[in-house]
Amino acid sequence: MANFYEMTAAELARILRAKEATSVEITQSVLERIEAIEGKVRSYVTLDPESAVDMAKEADKILGAGKGRPLTGIPIAVKDNMCVTGKRTTCGSRILGNFKPPYDATVVRLLKDEGMVILGSANMDEFAMGSSTETSYWGTTRNPWNTELIPGGSSGGSAAAVAAGEAIVSLGSDTGGSIRLPAAFCSVSGIKPTYGAVSRYGLVAYASSLDQIGPMAKDAQDVALMLNLICGHDPRDSTSVPREHPDFTDFLDRPVKGMTLGLPTEFFSKLENEDVAGAIADARRVFEALGVKFVELSLPHLDYGIAAYYIIAPSEASSNLARYDGVKYGHRAEEYSGMIDMYCKTRAEGFGPEVKRRIMLGTYALSSGYYDAYYLKAAKVRTLITRDFRKAFESCDAILCPTAPSPPFRIGEKIDDPIQMYLTDVFTIPVNMAGLPGMAVPGGFSKDGLPVGIQLIAPHFQEAVLIQLSAAFQRATDHHLKRPPL
Amino acid sequence: MKITSEQVDYVALLGRLDLTREEKQKYQAQLDDILKYMDMLAEVSTDDVEPMAGPVELYTPLREDEVKDSLPIEDALANAPARVGTSFRVPKVIE
Repeated sequence: MANFYEMTAAELARILRAKEATSVEITQSVLERIEAIEGKVRSYVTLDPESAVDMAKEADKILGAGKGRPLTGIPIAVKDNMCVTGKRTTCGSRILGNFKPPYDATVVRLLKDEGMVILGSANMDEFAMGSSTETSYWGTTRNPWNTELIPGGSSGGSAAAVAAGEAIVSLGSDTGGSIRLPAAFCSVSGIKPTYGAVSRYGLVAYASSLDQIGPMAKDAQDVALMLNLICGHDPRDSTSVPREHPDFTDFLDRPVKGMTLGLPTEFFSKLENEDVAGAIADARRVFEALGVKFVELSLPHLDYGIAAYYIIAPSEASSNLARYDGVKYGHRAEEYSGMIDMYCKTRAEGFGPEVKRRIMLGTYALSSGYYDAYYLKAAKVRTLITRDFRKAFESCDAILCPTAPSPPFRIGEKIDDPIQMYLTDVFTIPVNMAGLPGMAVPGGFSKDGLPVGIQLIAPHFQEAVLIQLSAAFQRATDHHLKRPPL
Repeated sequence: MKITSEQVDYVALLGRLDLTREEKQKYQAQLDDILKYMDMLAEVSTDDVEPMAGPVELYTPLREDEVKDSLPIEDALANAPARVGTSFRVPKVIE
């Protein structure tokens, strides 16, 4: 039998229900795995084994009383930007280095109510600003498939933990690709739900009109189980949309014959990497064999996605991050002269280079005289990108495209070249701009044995379509069953 | 250059960031590159296009005006870098 840490949440849930193992035993298996490999991978900012074992004991009581829910007793890693009462939540930043939230994020409360076992907080780019996890104040997470490579970002810790068996499932957040990119680079499955499907209450804000929380897991089935848990209306988040979500597990076994996938010509004109092009061609063959039809379509404003995003996201960030002033919580500089100087020195010490760069960019874009040329223009281009997708979905059920333009790159390779780093998100950013659901699924491996992800994009609130297509793809392929040789 | 060193100083002050001379030089060059990249947006015709603030139709959700517990004062102050009694302590603002 495989080790517990290698199994999916669905498999472990069956084992728990059949009383073949306890949550404490499963949690111990994951904790031992962490003990063995965390020094190489560094998925976590803060680990809390004692608290995890306590939560597992509670889960065993619930299960013993016959009151278990689908994910009761399953160990999970939570990205370091979601508030957990009394547990250090740093957002990968020095400025929140000692911050212990006095409340739970809504998603964290849902995990606790379910009886899930929280292992600790997963590493991330500082304030989720990055595509490689290199901007974390706590150091870079390593790609479990090759520890000289980045795991992708910003939810790099959440992806690496699942890939390496240091968590069964995890939560990430995605503002411009931060769930899907690391999922692709670490060969796990991850979904960015529709904007408004999952509550952002208690998620440390980066760019509020783009941020969305979502699950990362070993396969589509576990993603569906997690979506069932976290999707729903929350009165504490005014952008949370009141609507009924289906039981996503109902879509796992549905045939996909007769469905139509769109291939945006603009995405494919950019495909220079043979490994990525090969993975998409392979995926197309798999879907065609399952009876899926393909249509070519056009998203003419796609090329402007990155430029518009890197105006809108830093603008929102420069405003959101104004709260870090050394007064109510977080780091405060020791020496200063007067209030303004206290702010300036506190923020200079507390934020890292990428966060400062984006605050500067956003502050500039919103400053007097530049607002119309930058922010307003970008907000209009955002409308055009959204219209493109709406038109595209008139002829297809979902869109198939790459997640990243290349397999994972080397640590340090792009960190001093912001534009090259930003271009990593060329296939993921448009999805956030339009608020659509997008899912990354393992799509195979490069010639060098590195993970390559495919991405599926659906209309608003059609997560079920993504689950249906991903599950069908995973029944026909075994990429998602491969584990890194650590 | 699209952005001058004076503008970098001004934006750093607006953003409340005490940057070193080296940081300012680096950000000036990088912001210049990034802003040049943004120039491509000028190619897009956006006449008569409404700007989009977010993907969700925003509305003002109303709720019943019920009294609920607030965060206890000690919890609210627990993360404060400095406090006096039940207040956050800050440097003197008014001379």
